[in-house]
Parts: sequence; structure tokens; C-alpha cells
Amino acid sequence: MGFFLETLFGGLMAGMLYSLIALGFVLIFKASGVFNFAQGAMVLFAALAMARFSEWIPEWTGIESRLVANVGAFVLAMAMMVIVAWLIEKLVLGKLVNQEGITLLMATLGITYFLDGAGQTLFGSEIYKIDVGLPKEPLFLFESTFEGGVLIGKEDLYAAGIAAALVLVLTIFFQKTGTGRALRAVADDHQAAQSIGIPLSRIWVIVWSVAGFVALVAGIIWGSKLGVQFSLSLVALKALPVVILGGLTSVPGAIIGGLIIGVGEKLSEIYLGPMLGGGIEIWFAYVLALVFLLFRPQGLFGEKIIDRV
Amino acid sequence: MLYRENGQFKTSYQADQQIFPISQDRLAILLLIAVAAIVVPAFASEYMFRAILIPFLILSLAALGLNILVGYCGQVSLGTGAFMAVGAYAAYNFQVRVEGMPLVASLLMGGVCATAVGVLFGIPSLRIKGLYLAVATLAAQFFADWAFLRISWFTNHSPSGSVSVGSLQAFGWRVDTPVEKYLFCLMFVVVFALLAKNLVRSAIGREWMAIRDMDVAASVIGIRPIYAKLTAFAVSSFIVGVAGALWGFVHLGSWEPAAFSIDRSFQLLFMVIIGGLGSIMGSFFGAAFIVVLPIFLNQALPAFGSLVGLSISTAAVAHTELMIFGGLIVFFLIVEPHGLARLWSIGKEKLRLWPFPH
Amino acid sequence: MKTRSLTMAVALALAAAGSLGTSIAFAQDKVQFFPSLTGRTGPVAPNATPFANGYADYMKLVNARGGINGVMTLVEECETAYATDRGVECYERLKGRHGGATVFQPLSTGITFALTEKIPNDKIPMITSGYGRSDSADGGVFKWNFPLIGHYWVAGDVVLQHIAKKEGGWDKLKGKKIAVVYHDSPFGKELLPIVQERSKMHGFEVQLLPVPAPGVEQKATWLQIRQQRPDFVIMQTWGVMTSTALKEAVATGYPRERMFGTWWSGAEPDVRDVGAAAKGYNAVMMQHGAEFEAPVVKEILEKVHGKGQGTGPREEVGSVLYMRGVVGAMLAVEGARAAQEKFGKGKPVTGEQARWGYENLNLTQAKLDGLGFKGVLRPISTSCADHMGSAWARVHTWDGSKFVWASDWLQADEQIIKPMVRASADKYAAEKKLQRRAPSDCQG
Repeated sequence: MGFFLETLFGGLMAGMLYSLIALGFVLIFKASGVFNFAQGAMVLFAALAMARFSEWIPEWTGIESRLVANVGAFVLAMAMMVIVAWLIEKLVLGKLVNQEGITLLMATLGITYFLDGAGQTLFGSEIYKIDVGLPKEPLFLFESTFEGGVLIGKEDLYAAGIAAALVLVLTIFFQKTGTGRALRAVADDHQAAQSIGIPLSRIWVIVWSVAGFVALVAGIIWGSKLGVQFSLSLVALKALPVVILGGLTSVPGAIIGGLIIGVGEKLSEIYLGPMLGGGIEIWFAYVLALVFLLFRPQGLFGEKIIDRV
Repeated sequence: MLYRENGQFKTSYQADQQIFPISQDRLAILLLIAVAAIVVPAFASEYMFRAILIPFLILSLAALGLNILVGYCGQVSLGTGAFMAVGAYAAYNFQVRVEGMPLVASLLMGGVCATAVGVLFGIPSLRIKGLYLAVATLAAQFFADWAFLRISWFTNHSPSGSVSVGSLQAFGWRVDTPVEKYLFCLMFVVVFALLAKNLVRSAIGREWMAIRDMDVAASVIGIRPIYAKLTAFAVSSFIVGVAGALWGFVHLGSWEPAAFSIDRSFQLLFMVIIGGLGSIMGSFFGAAFIVVLPIFLNQALPAFGSLVGLSISTAAVAHTELMIFGGLIVFFLIVEPHGLARLWSIGKEKLRLWPFPH
Repeated sequence: MKTRSLTMAVALALAAAGSLGTSIAFAQDKVQFFPSLTGRTGPVAPNATPFANGYADYMKLVNARGGINGVMTLVEECETAYATDRGVECYERLKGRHGGATVFQPLSTGITFALTEKIPNDKIPMITSGYGRSDSADGGVFKWNFPLIGHYWVAGDVVLQHIAKKEGGWDKLKGKKIAVVYHDSPFGKELLPIVQERSKMHGFEVQLLPVPAPGVEQKATWLQIRQQRPDFVIMQTWGVMTSTALKEAVATGYPRERMFGTWWSGAEPDVRDVGAAAKGYNAVMMQHGAEFEAPVVKEILEKVHGKGQGTGPREEVGSVLYMRGVVGAMLAVEGARAAQEKFGKGKPVTGEQARWGYENLNLTQAKLDGLGFKGVLRPISTSCADHMGSAWARVHTWDGSKFVWASDWLQADEQIIKPMVRASADKYAAEKKLQRRAPSDCQG
């Protein structure tokens, strides 16, 4: 029983981490209707920027304090993500305004390759460290009830907390602020929003910047867990089932979807895996999402797809 | 001036409905096949065959299959690598387990197995649409990746999980040298391209296109979506499966599941979109672009660098390649979202008027 | 629109012409050409880059020392990013250049398998030190493959010997549990036969935990390890999978002292960013480890980096993977040198002649010391039947900031391994309908 709880917690934590990445997908899809395959590359780029700047700032300024280096790196990395967002809007999205979804999808794949190459050119392809002070040791709960206790990774706990806070901030941003309302208007109907005077290109830059911010936070957490290296962009592949399970247009869907996929993955790997030889995590997540989709083709919380003939 | 159909009168329905009604087109296509079959083997180097022409032929076959699914029927699929893998491993098993199985039969049986798997993973398309379907097909991709590593029966209980095929023989000829392999693949490509072109011009092809354009309206007028979508998956998977078998047998010789990973699926989708959705010709253009571009960049960048006086390290070349590749994809999508095939047909339109401006 | 489509048409035509033109072969150069298939980008970049740097640096050192009896070495790199089809393309592109490639070292098991099919036709040997097919040590079937100085079954055997020694003998292993965390690919699975063979012999339980590539998410694996509590964990991993595994081990509290990597999972990039938390992690090394004090390293720093010709950063010289590149280059060069003894000193040898050299390699301790490998390598001697040449290995441990040797020289038990190799090679030959080489074939 203790081990089952451990697996459950582990799955929930992993799920929150996937949700962090899924949030980026959802934000961009909600506001500009583009399925941003480049989210993984953005996470990598942001994490690389953070890792390298936090190394370089002490070298450039001579200040040794970890805190200053991290904060400075965060600011610089965020600035880079805003520049990337602006460039994407200007060079890609702006030119592909009325194209079909699949063309935009392919364009984001092109952006993925570009960001992968640019990130590694600017920052290098070794493994880099992000050290924001997240503790690495495990935490053992309920040691009296269960033998050996129930393991919870402290780092994962912090990450889950940060993800939850981020969702809260984003929800407040969307519901309460003017820009948030404008974003929701654009998501609803581009042309109507334009006709009442909402500047579409500025909104898109804002959305991609916010997605860049989410990517940066996700990059910091995943980077601190795994080390920052090319493979980080492949984590996005694990977040895709979360996105489609939760629904492409729903922020709470990203969280709930993440939790479901995280728990499903871990439980299946540990209980079902040994029977099938192991290594089933990755396809199980997709199959789980697929099964959910068969019952709700638009995802759990997504908008129903309405076809007009 | 040259590309005019003046004076070409059709006297039968058959003549009117042929694939290339204009005789210049017919001439051009026959010339192309003649050049491909006779001139190229005479002049191309071994490197050209092994590294460019054979991959181009096999991948254009796979892109053809994917184009039928994505371009003609509108079902976005990211699981093409899985179907290629199924074709390759199925063909391997037939070749190895059945004594005296002819090579071509193994390859076709590989396609048949891929069809079965394709139809199975196509069933969700009856309920799920668009981007959701694209991500759902990734389930096929990752499941295949796992299955071919884990289920040792598929790899004939090879301890490492890699399989390899011995020397190939078809119709009594050995298919060993690059030229022979090239001609072998060319034969498959020509036959399948012809079949595919005729298929998309037929009733079933029109059903696919109706589903692609407006699936609700199509079902209203009596086209059964289940039949149309599943046949699209079936035909597409068959072609992709044969292409996968060719990739493993003829190009690689020895492979592991990573040869058919998600990168392959993305690569094929790129080919289809850059080449042109819904166009047989487009599959070839897209395949040529995607196969030749990385190699060209790999060789041109250091040369360019030395011209400008910079010595570029291999890592930097690889990164720049990625950036240029990504940039070019975006560029092509902006300039011509309907792909290279559209550029080609615009070119033909202009040719009809040439040398007159209008 | 017109100019745009025109420019695009011209660009495409140029692209096609360009790739046609670049396949023209170069004129015969009087150099010994060593192609280098690199993995400087992609998921294995941190581990494969030092190897490529070491390879290139040693070749430069050979030139600084006067070449191979006067024949200079030439290295040309081709980036594969560890992908099999790119590796095949690089092979096809480089095999005929500069007078013909001498030997290939693909560094990827996937590329090794694909090239094994091609090299008999092209008559170019392949050195796969410490990776590739373990059964290619059987030169009777694999004429052109050379897994010099060790393959995975040697690694597995030595690591188990070391564990047994620590426990006090093979009999103490009875009833214990050993988990194998492996990369879910042919590379990862190559280790399993020897572990399973030994488990049958000595009665310990084996728990197999495959991790799908690239291995960035291993929580489930390590939760299982926490549940099963194996006594030891062997890691047949590569690239970012290793450091992720170490981090997850830290996060689940599995003692690093009980974790053993196998030569590709025990180098600085794997442990550096885990730092002090990875203290106690062990790895079995194919003879050499991190050799910052070796004479050859000092010579490279002086003659190559000192002249500004170093391929990578100076700090890297002497690290584990760098040394692997150096050793790989040394073996490549010494095989060519041995071939020159037979076929004519002072002129470049062909791939076929070099193959004879690799098959008749006789690197005595004196020779190795002379080359600067004193204390790093033990004698290597190949033959027609044995393409491996030596089965020595050692285990080193990370002490928080560097690797230190934790064991003496151990030798893999050929009594067990040789029959396994032979059986597997026979199976390959039967499948491909090949005959074992006749003794007369070994002469020449």
C-alpha cells in the first residue's frame, strides 16, 4: 500500500511537470489557433539561456552571489524569449495569417529546428547546470505507518507548487486583467476582435511571450532536475498526450490532463510494465489519451468541435 | 508555343480520360522514366546511388503513401514511421521464416501487414479529427517503437534486437550493386505511382477528397466516412509498409527500430507538405527537397566557410544546417503554402503561354 | 511573384547541381585517411564530443611525431548525431575520399550494425572498441569487424567479477538481486546475455529495467528499484540517460556506491553536474580511465595544444572519453603501421591491407609505453580468430570531483565468453549463409 501511494504521488508530481509544458501549448493554441510544436524547443532555448547566463553573469560582472546570477539570468532569459516571440510573430505568424492549421503546424516544426540549431549555436551543446536552490534529497512521509515510508521527491514537490502557482497567476491574468480579456477575445474570434480595435499582432507577441515565460519556468524546473541539454526538447513529446487529453483550449484541462497522464504512466509502468517487459511508459500515455479521446473527441475540457456545413 | 494542345483531338473516352491527355506531357513522362532507368545508371556515381537516389526513391514512395492519407483524405497522421517499421519487420519475418519466399512477395506481404495495422490505428479517425488525430496517431508510433524492441519474435529472437537481411535476389537476378538496387526501387516507385494516380482519379479518390474538404457534407450526400477513411488508411499504410520494407532491405541492410522513429514520421510529413498536399508529383518534389537539402548543406557550408575564410567546426555545421533547414521550411510555407507541386503547376501554366506574356 | 519563383527555381537547380558536384572523388593523396564519424550534436553530444576531440588530437600528435613512417594522417569529420541513416550517408561519402578510408569507428551500435553489412563489399575494416556486436570478436565470421580491447560482454563480466570480489566471492552472490537499467535499444540489450549467463551460474536474480531513449523520465524505473531493493544496479546507459539515472537515484535515495556503469556510462559528463551527490558511483573501464598524468596526455598538451592546434578545450585533455578517442586513434594508427611492415613502409596502406594490420596487431607493453601509454593500457594482441585482442578492464569510482581507481586489473573470463561469442557468430553466419573463414584466408 505504501508503495502504491508512493507511485501515486510520484505520478502526480510527474504529471504537474508535464502540465507545465502543456500550459505553453494551450496558451498559444487558445490565443492564436496555432499548435505550437516548437514548445519543446522553446523550453530548451529558455533553459539554455538561463543556464548559460547564470554562468556568464558572474564572469562578466564579477559578482559571486548565486542569487544575483540567477535573477539576472532569469531576466536576460526572459528578454531573449520576448525577442524570440517578437521574431516569430513578425517573420512567421504574420505572414501565415489565414493558412490552414496544418501549414501553421509545419511552420512551428520549422521553428523547432531553427530554435534547436540557434540555441546550440549560441549556448553550446554540453550538459549545463541550473541551480536555483531546489533541494534534491527525498522526503519520507508516514514512516510509522508504512515500512520505509512513502517517498516524495522534494524537488518535485516544489515544482508542483510552482506549477500550481503559475496556473493561478495565469488564470488571474486571463480573467481579471484587460490584456487577459483581450487575449480571450482574440481566441474566440480573430476578426471580431480586430474589428473592435484589438491589435492582433501585439496580442500575438504578448501570447508568445507569456508562453515563453511558461517555457522558461518549465525549463528551469526540468533543467534543474535533468540538466540542460538537447534532450530537454524531447520532453515536450511527453506533454503532448496531456494537451490532447485535457483539451487544446483549456488551462485547467492541462493540469487535470497532466495529473491523469502522470499517474496513469507511472502506475502502468510499475504494475503493468513488468508483465510486458517494461518500458511501456511512453506509449501508454498516448494510448490512454487516445482512449479518452474516443469518448470525448475534443478532450476532457476542450471546446466541442462544431462543423458547419 | 511548345506546350499547346492544338491539334490533339481525342476520339475515344479512354483517350480523353488518360492520365496525361496532352501529348507533350506523355512524352515528358516517358523521357523522364527513360532517363531515370537508362541515363542515370550509366553516369551516376556510387555515392549518388547509395546516399541520394535510393533514399530519394524509397522516401518518395513513403511520401506518396502519406500524401494519400493526409493530402487526399485529410487525416493527419504522425505514425508513418510505425507503419514503415511494420512493413520492414513483417517483410523480414516472411523472408526469414518462410523457406524460398521470393523477395518481392515478402515486400508485398510486409505491405499487407502494414495495412492491417494501419486500419487498426485508423479506427480512431472515425471519431477524432484534426490535430487530436495527429497526436493520437503518435500512439501507433510509440507502440511500434516499443513492440519491435520488446517482442523478440518480431526480430527472430536476435539477442541485440537488430535484424539484418542477406543478399537479395529478385526474379533470378541478384540485387547487390547500387545500380541494381536503384533499378529495383525505381520499378516499385513507377508501379506504385501509376497505381496511386489512378486510384486518386477514381471514385474512391473522389470520396477521399470529399471527406477531406467537408466530411459532414460528404456523409450527408451518401459517402460512408467509415469506408472512405479506412480505405485511405489501408491504401496509405500498404504503400508506406512497402516503402519501409524497401528502406530496411535495400537501403540499410541491417536496422533497429530507431531507424523508423518519430523523426522519420516528421520527415515524411515535411516532404508531403513542402511537396504539396494532394498531389502525386508533390510527393516526389518534397522527397527530393528533404533528401538533398541536408547533404547539400553539409557539403556547401564548409565550402562556403572556406570561401569567406572561416573554418567551421562539424558541430557548427550541423547546427547551422538545422537552422537553415528550419528557416527554409518556414520560408517555403510562407511563399507557397501549397507546396512545390503548386509552383510546378504554375510553371506549366506559364509554359502554355510562353513566349507570350498573356 | 515572378522573380521569387524564378529565384527559387534557380536555387533548387543549384542545390541539385551542388550535391552532384560534391561527389567527385579527390585525386590520390599521399596521406593515410582516417574518417571520423562524430556525434557533436544531438542527445549524445556531451559524451561523443570529447571522443572526437581525442581522436583528432592523437592523429595530430602522430603527425607531429613524424607520421606513420613518414606518411601523414588526415582526419575528416562527418556529423552523424548518432542517427543510423546519417551514419550510413557519412560512410558512403567518406569511404572513397583521399585515397580511400583506412578504417571506420562509428561510435554507435546502430551504425555499426548497418555498416557491418557494407564493409565486406567495400573492403574497409571497422574498429568498434567497446561497443557494437560482441560476437564480432570472432574473426572467423566477422572478417572486417574489430571490437578491439573489449566489448560489452567483457564489461559485464568484469563488473560482476568486481561485485563478487567485494562481496567475498561468487558464492556470496547467491540469492542477491542485481538490477540492470539499460537503454532500450540494441546497444542496451548487448549487455544482457553475459549478465543472464552469470546469473544462471551463480544464482543471483536479475531484474531488467529498460528505459526508452532518450531516457529523460526515469521516475518509474527508480521507484521500481526502490520497491525491489536490488543489491546492485548495473547501468548500460549512454548520454543524458546516465546523469538522469544518477539524479533519480539521488532523489529516491539509492546508494550510489551500489551503482556500476559500463564503459559508456562512467565518464565526467555523466557525473559532473550531479557533482558531490554522485560520490561513490562506479564504472568499469576498458583499460584506460581518466588519465591526466599519462605521458601521452602530456605530449598532446605540449605538441598539439601547445601549438594552438588542439581540437577541443584544454581542460578536456585526459578525461575519460577524450582518452577513449586517443586510444581509438592509437589502435587505428598502429594497425596501419603493422600493415606497412608487411606491405611496404613509407606508403599509405589500403583498407584491405590495414585490415591485415588490425588482425595481426601485437602491441607489447614496451611498445605501448613507448607510445606514451605506460600504466594506461596492457598488451593487445589480435589474431585471425580473436579480433578483440585483450580482455582487461578496471573499475573506477567518482569521489565527488574526479575518478579514482577502485580495483586492480581484472580480466574477463574468456572460458565463459568465448563460447558465447562463437555461438552467436555461428548463428549470424547461418542466418546470412556465410561460411566460416578458412585457415588459408588468415594468411594474407
